[in-house]
Amino acid sequence: MTYAKRLHALMLGLAVGISIPALAAPEITGRPVEHQLNMQTPVTGIGADIYSLHNWMMIVCLVIFVGVFGVMFYSVFKHRKSRGHKPATFHESTAVEIAWTIVPFLIVIGMALPATKTVVAMKDTSNADLTIKATGMQWKWGYDYLKGEGEGIAFLSNLSTPRTQIGEPGVANTEARGENYLLEVDNEMVVPVGKKIRMVLTANDVIHAWTIPAFAIKQDAIPGFVRDSWFRADKIGTYRGNCVELCGKDHAFMPIVVRVVSSEDYSAWVATKKKEMAALADDPTKVWTIDELKTKGEAVYAANCVACHQANGKGVPNTFAPLDGSAVVNGAKAHQVEVLLNGQDTPAYAAAMPAWKQLSDSDIAAVITYTRNTWSNKAAENIVQPAEVLAARSK
Amino acid sequence: MTTSTLDHAHDDHHGHAHDHDHAHDMPTGARRWLFATNHKDIGTLYLWFAFIMLLSGGVLALMIRTELFQPGLQFFRPEFFNQLTTMHGIVMVFGAIMPAFVGFANWMIPLQVGASDMAFARMNNFSFWLLPPAAILLATSFFVPGGATAAGWTLYAPLSTQMGPGMDMAIFALHIMGASSIMGSINIIVTILNMRAPGMTLMKMPMFCWTWLITAFLLIAVMPVLAGAITMTLTDRHFGTSFFNAAGGGDPVMYQHIFWFFGHPEVYIMILPAFGIVSQIIPAFARKPLFGYASMVYATASIAILSFIVWAHHMFTTGMPVTSQLFFMYATMLISVPTGVKVFNWVATMWKGSMTFETPMLFAVGFIFVFTMGGFTGLILAVTPIDIQVQDTYYVVAHFHYVLVAGSLFALFAGFYYWAPKWTGHMYPEGRGKAHFWLSLITFNITFFPMHFLGLAGMPRRYADYAVQFTDFNMIVSVGAFGFGLSQVYFLFAVVLPTIRGGEKALAKPWEGAEGLEWTVPSPAPFHTFENPPLVK
Repeated sequence: MTYAKRLHALMLGLAVGISIPALAAPEITGRPVEHQLNMQTPVTGIGADIYSLHNWMMIVCLVIFVGVFGVMFYSVFKHRKSRGHKPATFHESTAVEIAWTIVPFLIVIGMALPATKTVVAMKDTSNADLTIKATGMQWKWGYDYLKGEGEGIAFLSNLSTPRTQIGEPGVANTEARGENYLLEVDNEMVVPVGKKIRMVLTANDVIHAWTIPAFAIKQDAIPGFVRDSWFRADKIGTYRGNCVELCGKDHAFMPIVVRVVSSEDYSAWVATKKKEMAALADDPTKVWTIDELKTKGEAVYAANCVACHQANGKGVPNTFAPLDGSAVVNGAKAHQVEVLLNGQDTPAYAAAMPAWKQLSDSDIAAVITYTRNTWSNKAAENIVQPAEVLAARSK
Repeated sequence: MTTSTLDHAHDDHHGHAHDHDHAHDMPTGARRWLFATNHKDIGTLYLWFAFIMLLSGGVLALMIRTELFQPGLQFFRPEFFNQLTTMHGIVMVFGAIMPAFVGFANWMIPLQVGASDMAFARMNNFSFWLLPPAAILLATSFFVPGGATAAGWTLYAPLSTQMGPGMDMAIFALHIMGASSIMGSINIIVTILNMRAPGMTLMKMPMFCWTWLITAFLLIAVMPVLAGAITMTLTDRHFGTSFFNAAGGGDPVMYQHIFWFFGHPEVYIMILPAFGIVSQIIPAFARKPLFGYASMVYATASIAILSFIVWAHHMFTTGMPVTSQLFFMYATMLISVPTGVKVFNWVATMWKGSMTFETPMLFAVGFIFVFTMGGFTGLILAVTPIDIQVQDTYYVVAHFHYVLVAGSLFALFAGFYYWAPKWTGHMYPEGRGKAHFWLSLITFNITFFPMHFLGLAGMPRRYADYAVQFTDFNMIVSVGAFGFGLSQVYFLFAVVLPTIRGGEKALAKPWEGAEGLEWTVPSPAPFHTFENPPLVK
């Protein structure tokens, strides 16, 4: 960032800081900008309401602040013993005390009224054009298009910032951090511009929260419950947010990215996505070679398993089970298939293994085959075919 | 209080203080502290315990700020980072701020109401000695498999059920500290209601006693609620119950309701006694009685009552019905009215006074200034739509540090400088006290002011790593945090220890404008005071 740009950003910040909304219209980036002093530029009606509500409250608070502390500091400088000021003796005044109870009360009402309108608008999730379910999982998001154009589309969305940019304790990052560091994913959620999108939120394991600051939407994703919220993005672009409810180890590493596109582009995206899904749909009768399964399994493992079981298969002591040398992985394959499909909760580890039914038969077959032939594992039953998974599902 | 005069010969006290004819001589050595039943000794124990916890929690905070100095993971794995944020919160709230106020209560309430000691001296001993085992549980939980609890200080379910044995240790520590708080509160209530000197009616009581009386009732009301919440977490973890597990018919959000029914009054538990300390100091250094004593009492009581009906403003993003959101928004905004009354009263007390600015006054004025900024962000956060936008971001972190550090902690410092002459018999070094104030005020703002911007821009809290756009502000924050931490080390070595060891002898009443019974006994206060109650007119 050049100094000129920095100065520009600072001036904008100052303008926003002293609440001159006309001057405060920075470019829409869909992510925070350096030295930003106010909220991200809203691209939804609700967002604009909240932005101006906040500016209005800032003005009122600043006026009160200057008033009260103007009086206090005048007193601090004038009514000093060192300036020979003699203390007065008054210590109450019913009229004044009633006045400064009533006046703040009225000011508070003046703030609550416009806010009420926005609260009611935010809760109105009726008449949506599109309904999308977002599922929080440790530590990624799953999206299911439930209703409207694109119904049936489902995918997982993982952090795509490489570990080489993040680094780890004692090991510096080997790659420079990009401008979307920790704000980028492999599969973005895509929505059409100007359409009312109802978000249905839930979670698989612990509470997560889904937000896009530029949309002014934020809703907790609560396991076992569904909650909803909505947004209508008015500008095409890519908007980025984060998980905002502490959800364990990789809380900081499960961002949210929504790409807002024109309705034609959206239709095109739906068509491609549907084709992709059809191609991915399994032919469970196909017999795979062990190498095919291992290659596919490695990718499935990296996308779904590595966060808990770790790249070296050793897990995290007392929290996540190791797979390297595990009795389940090296034992009968039927049991491992069952664990993947239905999950498992043993007292030996604090975190339970969730069910992975949402993965395809070939994904499950591949990842099991991968774990049975990797690290020090040399299982006797070293290959699982998709057909076996399908059979286990119907049990 | 402000109009009371004393009808009590000072010489009387000296007579009693040196009179060793009754059974309890002052014990010495370890027995003095282990079997302490004297309110002053127990107060000292509480204050030292709180200060040690403050420094420990501060070290945790600085570890957090070290990792957050720049993006990427440099020092700690995220799972350990979460342990740091969690334990920083628990240690500061339950180990530092709350025990520090109880320490002040122990020292000052009997002296202020003219009582010879706290009502239940042995229970008082037990209340204190419960705390070190709790602190040991918390500290050693870092070394058990899986480490300390990393579920955040709020211990939200179901994340809390994923934790290792460190979580159980935290639950037991909280139970123990809760029991200690409840006993401490019972002691304070009984002392204030039953042991006031003849003539001291409730409406003549010093404000510190009033705020503590109200705080003690809050504590008794809500500590059992916390105990209930964490006990349910414990049985969910080990005994197969499903209070907070939807798969078994429970509800994770119910935990949040129960927790915040405790948690919101808890924040007033940590600020009301601070209001009390400031209400003592401002009149003393303005040489003018407190403005609106009665309205101060009513405002404190109103805040306490309102604190029970605002808890769900911590939960606006859980997805409550619109009517609940509106109710909790209105109720929360209402709290700004009595809080505003307090600030106006303090300013009116200063108005046309004859002020001097020794360190206690500096910290008290600094408190009003900076706490009010936290109050404004509180008002902004009360507005549901804005809260939803900044919930779980650094804006909230900034807000509660403005009220808890610049609020509670600054008031505790103010109280230390104000009453240390009475405790130690020595004047603290004035220049160093002022240096401590300015260092603390400036580094505090460097640390926490930029967090408002980070939060508005959307930086989530409890993040071990963050987007590169947040780098510069995070660097400023980390630098400020180390400055603030070092200022408190300076406070310990340059102010507290030298004041205890020596220094200018303090008069019985070292402050020209101070009022109250505590200034009628010599400095340092003798081991036994007010064996014959003074008469307050």
